[in-house]
Amino acid sequence: MTHLTNFEVFLLLSVLKVAVVLVITLMCVAYTVLLERKLLGHMQNRWGPSRVGPFGLLQPLVDGAKLFLKEDLMPLAVERPLFLAAPVIALGCALISVAVVPFGAVTTVKGVDMFQIANVNIGLLVILGITSIGVYGIALSGWSSNNKYSLLGSLRSTAQVISYELALGLSLVGVVLRAQSLNLRAIVESQSAHGALSWNIFGGCQFVAFFIYLMAAYAETNRSPFDLPEAETELVAGYHTEYSSMKFAMFFMAEYANMITVGCVATLLFFGGATSPFGHLIPAVGGRYVQAILPVFWFVAKVFGFLALYIWVRATLPRFRYDQLMSFGWKFLLPLAMVNILVTSLVLALRG
Amino acid sequence: MQLALFFIFGTLAVAGALNLLLQRHPINSALSLVVVMMSLAVLYWSLGAEFLAAAQVIVYSGAIMVLFVFVIMLLNAGEEEETHGSRAAYTVGIPGATAIFCLLSFVFLSERHALGSANIGGYLNRGVDNIAEVSAMLFTKLLLPFEVTSILILVAILGAVVLARKEQ
Repeated sequence: MTHLTNFEVFLLLSVLKVAVVLVITLMCVAYTVLLERKLLGHMQNRWGPSRVGPFGLLQPLVDGAKLFLKEDLMPLAVERPLFLAAPVIALGCALISVAVVPFGAVTTVKGVDMFQIANVNIGLLVILGITSIGVYGIALSGWSSNNKYSLLGSLRSTAQVISYELALGLSLVGVVLRAQSLNLRAIVESQSAHGALSWNIFGGCQFVAFFIYLMAAYAETNRSPFDLPEAETELVAGYHTEYSSMKFAMFFMAEYANMITVGCVATLLFFGGATSPFGHLIPAVGGRYVQAILPVFWFVAKVFGFLALYIWVRATLPRFRYDQLMSFGWKFLLPLAMVNILVTSLVLALRG
Repeated sequence: MQLALFFIFGTLAVAGALNLLLQRHPINSALSLVVVMMSLAVLYWSLGAEFLAAAQVIVYSGAIMVLFVFVIMLLNAGEEEETHGSRAAYTVGIPGATAIFCLLSFVFLSERHALGSANIGGYLNRGVDNIAEVSAMLFTKLLLPFEVTSILILVAILGAVVLARKEQ
């Protein structure tokens, strides 16, 4: 690679990173669906998908093929350009946020960090911004479908996401205050001193913030118990009632990609990102490659835990009513987040 | 590279602004405004103001414009009818706009030396983390305007609550 300039090396490695991360994320999305069906099945005392491949492991591939081959219906009265753009916006926004997530320790190859696509100073704000743009996908899909159930679903969803965005953003301020940076690597770095004891949720005493973040994130991703936008008993299928085939699949993938993003952010901000929970208690065994892969393993394990929690919550809790949802967000989570900011900054000011 | 970014997103911003005026459906106009906001955010970022860019995306395109779209959807506003406009708009508006355009370009061109010249692109070559500087400036030198703005927003929120409250 000596005949390549630095810029060319950077470009090639970046493209490689983007391609690999994109493929892995999409595979994760497919297998999260399987994980959900399997876990839900076992929690409800049945098997879940078990026919295709060993333990039903090939089910996502078959589902994908089915969705590709289905007829793509397009109702006559839809607002055509927006109807087509909405699923693209939803899926695009869901996938872009993975770009700023550091999923391993700093490992440079030819000066390029291999375990993060883009190390941005304002990584946390980028994730929040992309999440807030993702609302357009849902809002436009409901409106352009020209269907009252879609419109009601998307109105509910938009109102819900706007309301919980505030609590979500405010719950992260405590973490940012502790790390004194919005850079995700710096935030992870601030929790890496003594393993699990210095994670923000334990050592940082940010468990209130974590609780608020978790609630708000469930509402942001329209997942149970806040899945009112697609409450089947009231709204048929909510904002994606009129969508079929791959366009429906894009909304479906966006939902699961958002779940993964939420899991990544929770891991980074509250559970020490890719650092080991045992800190330096375990000696560094293996060679250079094992030491590079091990943090990725911890990161994936933590995110997997969050996905399992998501599914567990879905199997356990009944759906909120709409007024309960709004008063929970505005009258409970938001004031609690503000109190958390006050207490955290007071403690930090007294200590520093 | 940065020059290309400037031209792409500058053009996009202008095109979005024109589209905002030319579209007849309010929701299309609102979406064009979102495109303008996002392009402006990229321009801010290319000037090295990354916090401003993020705030622009989160506040303007993520919150305010979503509310606009939300209200348009809620009211189910239809397409606007094109009218020929009033006569005053043609007789006064066009010469007036031309005069203001000429005046402004005259002032800018004649005071070129006083205004100095700007570089396009190249601001990210020596990029610094300026969030700390922005916040230090905001909470020391500009503390009074900052707090006054906060109180203004608080008053607006209280006003909205008073207006929205049901009569007993």
